[in-house]
Amino acid sequence: MTAMAYQSKLDIDNGCVDLSHGAGGRAMTQLIFGLFHEAFGNKWLARGNDQSAFDVRAGRMVMTTDGYVVSPLFFSGGNIGSLAVHGTINDVAMAGARPLYLSASFIIEEGLRFSDLKMIADSMGEAARTAGVYIITGDTKVVERGKADGLFISTTGIGILPDGLDLSADKASVGDRVLVSGSLGDHGVAIMSKRQNLAFETDIVSDSAALHHLVAEIVAVGGGGIRAMRDPTRGGFAATLNEIAHQSGLGFRLQEEAIPVKPGVAAACELLGLDPLYVANEGKLVAIVAPEMANAVLAAMKANPLGRDAADVGEAVADDHRFVLLSTRFGGSRIVDWLSGEQLPRIC
Amino acid sequence: MKYADEFRDKTIAQGLARAIGAEASPQRLYRFMEFCGGHTHAISRYALEDMLPVNVRMVHGPGCPVCVLPASRIDMGIKLADRPEVTLCVYGDLMRVPGAQGQSLLRAKTRGTDIRMIYSTLDAVRIAEQAKDREVVFFAIGFETTTPPTAVTLRLAEKKQLKNFSVFCNHVLTPSAILSILGGADIRNIGRVEIDGFVGPGHVSTIIGTEPYDFVAEEFGKPVVIAGFEPLDMLQAILMLVRQVNEGRYEVENQYSRAVTREGNSRAKKEVSDIFELRDQFEWRGLGLVPYSGLKLKLAYAQFDAEVRFAMHEVRVADNPGCECGAILRGVKKPVDCKLFGTICRPETPMGSCMVSAEGACAAHWTYGRFRDHH
Repeated sequence: MTAMAYQSKLDIDNGCVDLSHGAGGRAMTQLIFGLFHEAFGNKWLARGNDQSAFDVRAGRMVMTTDGYVVSPLFFSGGNIGSLAVHGTINDVAMAGARPLYLSASFIIEEGLRFSDLKMIADSMGEAARTAGVYIITGDTKVVERGKADGLFISTTGIGILPDGLDLSADKASVGDRVLVSGSLGDHGVAIMSKRQNLAFETDIVSDSAALHHLVAEIVAVGGGGIRAMRDPTRGGFAATLNEIAHQSGLGFRLQEEAIPVKPGVAAACELLGLDPLYVANEGKLVAIVAPEMANAVLAAMKANPLGRDAADVGEAVADDHRFVLLSTRFGGSRIVDWLSGEQLPRIC
Repeated sequence: MKYADEFRDKTIAQGLARAIGAEASPQRLYRFMEFCGGHTHAISRYALEDMLPVNVRMVHGPGCPVCVLPASRIDMGIKLADRPEVTLCVYGDLMRVPGAQGQSLLRAKTRGTDIRMIYSTLDAVRIAEQAKDREVVFFAIGFETTTPPTAVTLRLAEKKQLKNFSVFCNHVLTPSAILSILGGADIRNIGRVEIDGFVGPGHVSTIIGTEPYDFVAEEFGKPVVIAGFEPLDMLQAILMLVRQVNEGRYEVENQYSRAVTREGNSRAKKEVSDIFELRDQFEWRGLGLVPYSGLKLKLAYAQFDAEVRFAMHEVRVADNPGCECGAILRGVKKPVDCKLFGTICRPETPMGSCMVSAEGACAAHWTYGRFRDHH
């Protein structure tokens, strides 16, 4: 099928999505070919099938899926499109796997401007190309005005695991070190600063980034010494460590002074009454690492620009209550608990 | 972070803690109530109690506006939101406060009433301007700190001649509550908990000044130190209280002099007194009906008074009988003394209001300090 089959090109500059673009007819095909294929351009999509076939090799694969409903769609440091690529790549990568392919499903509210959708699709394409990952299948639905907030995206990712690698939070042991790959809370603060009813000025940009290269580098150094990795998205670092504590049956002891938080993030959180430990990240990872490998893994993190501000922030301890405890800068102790309720809705 | 890090300096904090340790007499107990929920939160978050000698104890007071709002007022809010023409604007931390029979504003929102979480009173005015066909009501709560913004909002609504905007007023007064605590049967007659001094409210005092606390010092012979909310503020205020107790003094002292004056903010006070007047009494969760402790809109502003506009009636609701919020808010019991604490009452499913807000004594202990009950 070619563009010749249509009467007129999509009016990207002035047009917007209407219900016909999800109806299965000519308009839908025009949207898919004229906008998404342009942005994602690869040989699998070019064949125009409802699915794509690809070769696999013997070994273990990983698969993950995630929905993106961030509001607003555009924020400092990215948009819902780049986020939908980075986020799913990171979920694949946290297993230590190399991401290969993505699917992308779009639920579009009628009235979304083509120019916005194109910008989002182009960022997805660019994020995927930069990461060396291909978006090889997708779907488009359009719903009536008021039934979706502009655009929701779901992406599914498939990746391949290096032989013998099996990371899992239940492998954490007493004495393991807790490493973070950089400053915490950047994404959440960048999003909040753009919310209509909160808007404040900050130079903080989202940390949204694909972490699989960083992961490959630290896995090459740390191997089986890396027990588990997580990307601390919703609920932030606090939620991630509580999950790992729960899975492993251990507690954690963190050092407040070692935890990297940018001054701008700290200031915004101060203003909004939030704790940076609970604010979402989209380009950071937490690694639980055997103590004898920790320094080498930390050095490998720091050698990658995405891990430049990495830090060793604490250790796993025996604790039947699975408390995550923080030693404050004054020498006191407090719990870093699960997030209760909804601190910041629709952050990713 | 400028203007905050200076008040979180480790060396100075440890120096203050050493001074408290050196000056507090081991022969006696020092029991200080921090009235404010903001102080309770700071103490827990920075684990300041770990820095104090064992005989200097902090008693958490009722100064969390969300915590002291009784179930009856929540029920009134829900009833209001049930009216099809009403859009109810509330601060987020009010959403999970339990009303009667496990109801909350959050549940009411989930079943389809038009309740909006806002960050500023001005958001409510903006919503009223945009939705002229809706009756937009602002659910106003808080101590003296949040009353002036409500007053400014009412002035703005008046200026803009908004016909579809009103305020459900639940503003309360700090000095009346302190009086109630000091005069309460638990403390005076039973004498289970004695308070040797108060860490006085910081933000509230920026508005009302330090003068209104004179009666606490004079009538009850208790020292009061108005304090800021940073760790160094708290530690310094505690040291000042220890010194007053040691020297047998009971004065109102101002640690938070960078923000609080003796007179307070006269312009804010005038705005408030122009628009609001005292209620004969107001119900507080934990304290019951406290005379002259709440504000309502003056008659001249009746058109903006949701209670008048929608003929709202208060129906008193009994709290969960197992809930000890009342005794906890008065400093008579600790969170762990409540059998609901940590069992069925947790931040996700609060039974009592002390578990709802981050400033509540139970939520603060659960979130930051409960490991001490186990270790």
